[in-house]
Amino acid sequence: MEVFLQQLVNGVSLGSIYALVALGYTMVYGIIKLINFAHCDIYMIGAYIGYYCMTYFGLSFFPSLLVAMTGCMVLGVLIEKIAYKPLRNAARISLLITAIGMSLFLEYGTMFLVSAKVRTYPAMTGFMAKTFHIGNVLVTMQQIVILATTIALMIALQYIVKYTRAGKAMRAVSLDKDAAQLMGIDVNTTISITFAIGSALAGAAGVLVGVYYNTINPLMGVTPGLKAFVAAVFGGIGLIPGAMVGGYFIGIVEVLVSGYGNSMYRDAVVFAILILILILKPAGLLGKNVGEKV
Amino acid sequence: MKKRKNLPLIITLAVTYVAVWALQATGIVNDYSFAVIVTIGINIILATSLNLVTGFTGQFSLGHAGFMSIGAYTCALITQKNPTIPGFLLGVAAGATAAALVGVLVGLPTLRLRGDYLAIATLGMAEIIRVVFLNLEITNGAAGLSFLPQFVNWNWLFLFTAGTLVLLRNFLNSSPGRACISVREDEIAAESMGVNTTKYKVTAFSMGAFFAGVAGALYTSYFFFIKPDLFNFNKSIDILVIVVLGGMGSLSGSVIAAVLLQLISTWLAAFPEVRMVLYAAMLVAIMLFRPQGLLGSTEVSAVISRRLSKIGRRAKEEEV
Repeated sequence: MEVFLQQLVNGVSLGSIYALVALGYTMVYGIIKLINFAHCDIYMIGAYIGYYCMTYFGLSFFPSLLVAMTGCMVLGVLIEKIAYKPLRNAARISLLITAIGMSLFLEYGTMFLVSAKVRTYPAMTGFMAKTFHIGNVLVTMQQIVILATTIALMIALQYIVKYTRAGKAMRAVSLDKDAAQLMGIDVNTTISITFAIGSALAGAAGVLVGVYYNTINPLMGVTPGLKAFVAAVFGGIGLIPGAMVGGYFIGIVEVLVSGYGNSMYRDAVVFAILILILILKPAGLLGKNVGEKV
Repeated sequence: MKKRKNLPLIITLAVTYVAVWALQATGIVNDYSFAVIVTIGINIILATSLNLVTGFTGQFSLGHAGFMSIGAYTCALITQKNPTIPGFLLGVAAGATAAALVGVLVGLPTLRLRGDYLAIATLGMAEIIRVVFLNLEITNGAAGLSFLPQFVNWNWLFLFTAGTLVLLRNFLNSSPGRACISVREDEIAAESMGVNTTKYKVTAFSMGAFFAGVAGALYTSYFFFIKPDLFNFNKSIDILVIVVLGGMGSLSGSVIAAVLLQLISTWLAAFPEVRMVLYAAMLVAIMLFRPQGLLGSTEVSAVISRRLSKIGRRAKEEEV
């Protein structure tokens, strides 16, 4: 039981990171129907920004988090403006290839600039280094911070999407872009805002993962990116609560498979669950199946 | 009429065959450049077969490398036991058949999904195949299989590549091929016209898998070393890039893009540190300026004959 609880704690921490990244995938997919392959690299760049803030500028955790989020926000919007906006009316597959190109560009561009070597986040001190024992379950302050940050960001996101004008515009554009435009919504700005928010969340996830796992490298985004995307599809792509549920589910499943089964098979299990979900409930766990119009 | 239609293709293939043969015989093509040619041949098979699935039938697959790995491992295991030419041919046949079988098995349930969902399901499938190879005893896990016998020379490579091209082209001009294209154009309309869409989707998917298996077997039998990571998600993406760059629904486009991309990447190998950055930047630039790919959905022959008829018409007008 204790082992199970311990695994659960670890799974929730990992799931928080997946959920944050999945939110960006799901928001972008919801609004322009693009699998934004570059998203996982924004997450990686967030981790690097956090790393440089902490090592070169000696900032503590929260300021670094904010800087990384801002940096990623700018980067995400820039990528959208340069690479995706000119293709707004092109075939979706060309857009997808552009996203893949952008992803490779960020990965190898980073590798070129800072070299491929693995960097280590500075060890957390003081407040961040505390650990707690609840019964025999070990909970680190980092895990609490990860969970708290994730929940805070998710509440903020829910607030933005549900109660602000920009959020309303986002929902309208994702429902029907043309109709939204006819109602006077600036579609381009709304798409930029979506990229900004999604990228900021990915940046936050990057710093959190750096703090939690300590090591970062230019290709660190690829596998978590795929899994976060799986999480988004799992929960129902385009749905914000779906991404959260999916993220936590995938995180916990992954940790449990590594803990109780064979860690070599953990990726296979994740993808097998995905395929099952797609076959049984193609719109995802929380999604509604919409009939196709002729 | 039929003969004349095939003539340009036959001439192009014959000229390519003789040209490479002559270059190799005179020693201009050395081992290094021949490896590039083999890669091009394999990529042509992979790209045209993925084009059948994605470009012609409109089923977005991100798992082509998975089928390739099945062909590669099956062939490797067979040629390890039986390192002879018949063994190699048996390996190719078995690898391709195994890949096609998995294609049917995976295709039947997943091809009900549409668009991106199918893409994700195929991606997941390829990842599962990779993890299975990574964990099986017989495939030697992450280290992979090495010191496999080498069989592929220019004759075999040409035979399989040209064979794939001719078979795919004839398939697409056949009635089932047309049915596949109708699925891409409008699935609902095709269905209401009596086209069994599921059947043709699965047919195209398993045919694509079959040729990917052939490509994998050829890879094994030339590069004599395989490991699961060679067939990861990035490999599937590489193949998709060739297809989209050449033009979805254009076999000749895939061939041209496979040649071009390999030449570019060989040339970029001289600048290892910026190679991938340039490659990625180029990819984005090409997509921004030519989103429909080099050839769109037309074939080179169609482009040339259109040009020729335009010139002919102009000449006629001038005569008048």
